[in-house]
Amino acid sequence: MSDAAVHHDHHDAHHPTGIMRWLTTTNHKDIGTMYLVFSLMMFFVGGAMAMVIRLELFQPGLQWVDPQFFNSMTTMHALVMIFGAVMPAWTGFANWMIPMMIGAPDMALPRLNNWSFWILPFAFTLLLMTLFLPGGAPAGGWTMYPPLVLQTGAAFPFLIFAVHFMGASSVAGAINIIATVFNLRAPGMTLMKLPLFVWTWIITAFLLIASIPVLAGAVTMLLTDKFFGTAFFSAAGGGDPVMFQHIFWFFGHPEVYILILPAFGIVSAIIPTFARKPLFGYSSMVYAAASIAFLSFIVWAHHMFTVGMPLAGELFFMYATILIAVPTGVKVFNWVATMWQSSMTFETPMLFSIAFVVLFTIGGFSGLMLGITPVDFQYHDTYFVVAHFHYVLVTGAIFALMAGTYFWLPKWTGHMYDETLGQLHFWLSTISVNVLFFPQHFLGLAGMPRRIPDYAVQFADWNMVSSLGGFVFGVSQLLFLAVIVKCARGGAKARDQVWEGARGLEWTLPSPPPYHSFSTPPAPATIDGGYR
Amino acid sequence: MANAQAAHHHYFVPESSKWPIIATISIFTMFVGGALTLNDSGVGPEVLGAGFILFVYMLFGWFGEVIRESEKGIYGQWEDTSFRMGMMWFIFSEVMFFAAFFGALFYARVLSVPWLSGAGAEATTHAVLWPEFLADWPLLKLPSDYGFSEAKDVIGAWGVPALNTAILLASGGTVTWAHWGLQKNNRGQLILGLAMTVALGAIFVFMQAEEYSHAYHELGLTMSTGIYGATFFLLTGFHGFHVTMGTVMLAVILARSIRGHFKPKHHFAFEAVAWYWHFVDVVWIGLFIFVYWI
Repeated sequence: MSDAAVHHDHHDAHHPTGIMRWLTTTNHKDIGTMYLVFSLMMFFVGGAMAMVIRLELFQPGLQWVDPQFFNSMTTMHALVMIFGAVMPAWTGFANWMIPMMIGAPDMALPRLNNWSFWILPFAFTLLLMTLFLPGGAPAGGWTMYPPLVLQTGAAFPFLIFAVHFMGASSVAGAINIIATVFNLRAPGMTLMKLPLFVWTWIITAFLLIASIPVLAGAVTMLLTDKFFGTAFFSAAGGGDPVMFQHIFWFFGHPEVYILILPAFGIVSAIIPTFARKPLFGYSSMVYAAASIAFLSFIVWAHHMFTVGMPLAGELFFMYATILIAVPTGVKVFNWVATMWQSSMTFETPMLFSIAFVVLFTIGGFSGLMLGITPVDFQYHDTYFVVAHFHYVLVTGAIFALMAGTYFWLPKWTGHMYDETLGQLHFWLSTISVNVLFFPQHFLGLAGMPRRIPDYAVQFADWNMVSSLGGFVFGVSQLLFLAVIVKCARGGAKARDQVWEGARGLEWTLPSPPPYHSFSTPPAPATIDGGYR
Repeated sequence: MANAQAAHHHYFVPESSKWPIIATISIFTMFVGGALTLNDSGVGPEVLGAGFILFVYMLFGWFGEVIRESEKGIYGQWEDTSFRMGMMWFIFSEVMFFAAFFGALFYARVLSVPWLSGAGAEATTHAVLWPEFLADWPLLKLPSDYGFSEAKDVIGAWGVPALNTAILLASGGTVTWAHWGLQKNNRGQLILGLAMTVALGAIFVFMQAEEYSHAYHELGLTMSTGIYGATFFLLTGFHGFHVTMGTVMLAVILARSIRGHFKPKHHFAFEAVAWYWHFVDVVWIGLFIFVYWI
């Protein structure tokens, strides 16, 4: 399948070697690999923090850590997983796949691309070093609500600057992706032929550019409130602590879709491949993703129904929120319709994708419950919320990441991964993650508040079950690491197309692809839109 | 891609570069230095300064490399389009950064300050918290002076701010006039127009600094005079910072123009800086209307 138009050029010869290659690289595949490795490291750092949380909650009473440290763990777990694991993983996938999918030689702005990546290890150094500072790491929750967050010790300015730094990385990465997709598509690759992963990423990039600077503004106001006497969030000076929540969630809600939209794109690539059938409703998938993105900017206050907003606000944000169920439903039905009457096989990427569709939908439904204002009054800040967003983020975003990793790992490494281990990883993860998070619905409905190190004894049983699920899920991820390492080191040679039903430009390249993929664009005839 | 000819057929993908990692290290150093300074721990300012020196070195190095590539004719239409998109969306991200502060201004003025004096359904808030408080804008009399001071007065719109509006609008005209000069290959008009723009930018910043001094020393209007002072200084301060950056960028473009850089049909850097300049101009119009005037 290797296309004649693939142009091998030999500039690699005078690239720096060793560490300098990685520090100075402008190659989208090198940078993509670094993003993915970094993301995996952060996944285990954030996962270790989650293990501390579940260990402390295994039984009622204070057993292992003091409450301050527990609060640091919940705060840091969220920041590390959101900004360190999921977001960089998507950018890593984008770096590897988008140029190959659209027939481009590389990303549009290669030096900026290097900068976007290398900011991250330094930003996370700023964030993680706070664990060793006087007063400990930030413990006021990842949402950084004032006035509580203003009580953070020496860690405070490091937290703010780390957020600024990560934000700069995200915005630079998003700009690069927009320029790449709009300027570097091969001739014949029209917008409505783009693979859905590319579409969902463009939409994500616009969300990033519009929302991350607002977060930068919000944390800047926190910084000046703490150190320069401003009164943004102090009612005594005419400000309002609730104003922070509005500004934060104006960023925070689009952020939710930043985390999940590329997942939609990956699942939309995998399901047609293993169903051996074109994606059902391609254009409706594009319009649904765009509608979700638009709506994400007008629903933010559903995170703060209980702060005492005017009734008109409560109603507007409730209706707007429930409206999101429409385009999301379009997507779920399209995935199901793609599988309908198809000839499916169940390799690991497909297993994770099907689990995604089912479990993400559970998270979507609990989201609908939380979106109903009077109902949210009861659920707000309980474990029901924790269960909800872990269903959308772990069995949603993370499962799609795993699906995508298994799907493209043979393309990246040139070797097939160990299918037996992959399926074992899938079943262990899927069973344990439900044991971990499903009981948290019950805990929340029964009234257990989130972000607490100790709880009333009536919550003991389900917490123990949840923790046991958590430990199994945590250990199972070592298997994921083992599969990746094993595949990178060797294994059966992967074919160019890898999967029988795979369609799209990336599968016309050798596995692994050459250092520079499309220095000259592929022939228009090879662009058929495929299964998209 | 050694020769310019190849650039027209292949998209230019630069070789490995050391500048991005130096940029990261310099900004990281500045953040650590800044955080140490804010925490009052000894060496903060020195670390901050070292980071800044490295940052400036990086700017010369990175932009220098790009300028040399541009002058060698490596960048064609195709590369230019990427740069344009990059600059356009960077400016949009800046717009959203300012939007956060404008949002804070509107929220405080329209919602939270009236609520503090009992508007809407907030009669209890008012009665329980500060029953004496009356909503007003600009807010001079604060709900409580605990931790804050009160300003005697605010800066009126029709003095220096109106003059600064005229200066900035005029500078938008001079930079466009310079652009016309470049397009007609009239280098004198290009250089004169840019020099006038840089001068107007510098005058704006100088007058703004004078106004800050007046606010701090005579009006008692500081960052810690409640929500008005907070929104006033953060909005005008970030704007002033952007004007300063824009003036430096224009000065670089002026120096390059004097050296004979840019062609009538190929001058992305000029356009990028001109766009940036119009952006700070538009932000100022918003500031003049919503912060100073109404």
